[in-house]
Amino acid sequence: MTFWETVLLIVGLLIKIGVVVGILQGAVAYLILVERKIAAYAQDRIGPNRAGSEFGIPFALLQPLVDGAKMLLKEDVIPSYVNKPLYIIAPMIAIFAATISFAVVPFGIVGPGLPLNFQFQLAPNIDVGIVYIFAVGSLGVYAIILAGWASNNKYAFLGGLRSSAQLISYEIPLGLSVIGMILIAGSLDLNTIINWQDRNVWGIVVQPLGFLLFVISSFAETNRLPFDLPESEQELVGGFHTEYSAMKFGMFFLGEYLNVITVSFLIVILFLGGWDVPFVTDQSQVGVFWAIFKCLVMIAKVAVMILIIMWVRWTLPRFRYDTLMELAWKSLIPLSLINLVATAAIVQLIRSS
Amino acid sequence: MRADDPSLKRLTPPKLTLMERTYLPQIAVGMFVTAKHIAGVAFSNKAITVQYPEEQHVPSPNYRGVHRLNKDEEGRVKCVACMLCATACPAHCIDIVGATAPETWPDREKYCESFVIDELRCIYCGMCEEACPVEAIELTGLYDLTGLSREQMIFDKAKLLSVFDATKDAEPMRFGKGPVNPSTTTTMLTANNVNTAPADPKA
Repeated sequence: MTFWETVLLIVGLLIKIGVVVGILQGAVAYLILVERKIAAYAQDRIGPNRAGSEFGIPFALLQPLVDGAKMLLKEDVIPSYVNKPLYIIAPMIAIFAATISFAVVPFGIVGPGLPLNFQFQLAPNIDVGIVYIFAVGSLGVYAIILAGWASNNKYAFLGGLRSSAQLISYEIPLGLSVIGMILIAGSLDLNTIINWQDRNVWGIVVQPLGFLLFVISSFAETNRLPFDLPESEQELVGGFHTEYSAMKFGMFFLGEYLNVITVSFLIVILFLGGWDVPFVTDQSQVGVFWAIFKCLVMIAKVAVMILIIMWVRWTLPRFRYDTLMELAWKSLIPLSLINLVATAAIVQLIRSS
Repeated sequence: MRADDPSLKRLTPPKLTLMERTYLPQIAVGMFVTAKHIAGVAFSNKAITVQYPEEQHVPSPNYRGVHRLNKDEEGRVKCVACMLCATACPAHCIDIVGATAPETWPDREKYCESFVIDELRCIYCGMCEEACPVEAIELTGLYDLTGLSREQMIFDKAKLLSVFDATKDAEPMRFGKGPVNPSTTTTMLTANNVNTAPADPKA
């Protein structure tokens, strides 16, 4: 590879990163609008429908811009009693940890023979894809703990403590429930897992229990209802972000929604076949049309998954703290262990026969 | 109370079946309920809210909004300055100055020379309306009362009589003139657009 080819590669990659990050931030802004709309509908209200109507733009499509401008222009209060360096760095960690996990998430097809050699993944062909996502995803807990600690506030600290216990507990069933799928596909690489599902059946068919456990644990990992104990407003004012205002608060919000997108991608990739449409798609289809088609299929599946996550949020009440821990340690972890052992045994029997 | 007190009734929570302990059937039922609500608003316009400035909510007939001073058939203020409303008022927001009625008013001894209600102090409990023996003071269905200063929100007799003029068609007097018609709506009222032209005290 010559010098100029390397430069071209790096520039191309930087453009791709910029596009992906930009799309993600925009998607988060609109997801907040969608969430508000779903919240309103579930409560028999109408929800935001005004912003932009002066310019003839329907459905309050300018609302995300308004929200963003509000976040950026608000007074950024830093209370005098906080631990300033940690207080400032915590929201940065939240958004950083949530963003970099997209480096290995495929949002389309990846492999040889694509037009212009364009890979629908920022870091294609990483063998440890899913391990990387879990490693980076668990960094997010530092943001919450640091925010809770640095705020020097009882409510924020309690929120941070709860969050650390919750995330550590739910990491275990989250990881264990994925191992079954990894064993079946025989790889940690997310593309290989999708390809296996394309050749055989979707992961939800061979791992129904694993799917259920993964969905439940991923709700807990993203701090969404019914597991949003770190920020439970009724008990903890705002939880770990009680003392945060303006864009620092906005960054926690952004990080939360980025995590929702990440887990939706993971659920789709691991259990819902990724870009696969049964009887239609095949790994060998790598033309321009199929590349775009598969990318759109993947995004549609992720969108449906995100809608379901929001729908659940406005349905279920919050767990109590002890029931939350009971669910993780007494139900999810034993079940995921049983699932893992059973899967391993069956895979071994099939391979050896 | 001691823990083994015989009057204590101990309740044991019902034993859940395995399926119930997974929460999943109940979650499915709950999701179905929210789905019905979401679909109802999204597709068949079942939202219970109204789009306020364009659509006006019509309150129920017994809604307690801004006060008005009723006039009788001859256009005179009905109030006889008996002070019962001011006495009944828990917020002490009614200030009445009575005067001897003119010779031409044979039906009463006194009338109110000045009748002032501080709409900011009022708690809209409706006790003045209940206390009034001559149905002179009533609470209307006007709920969008706004003003730019505290002084604007202190309604004097002229203003209260003009509220009657503004609402008498939509909300006829509750006693003696048939039932209140709940289907009609009153125009938006602010402290500014109520006619504040000084009314003739003897009118």
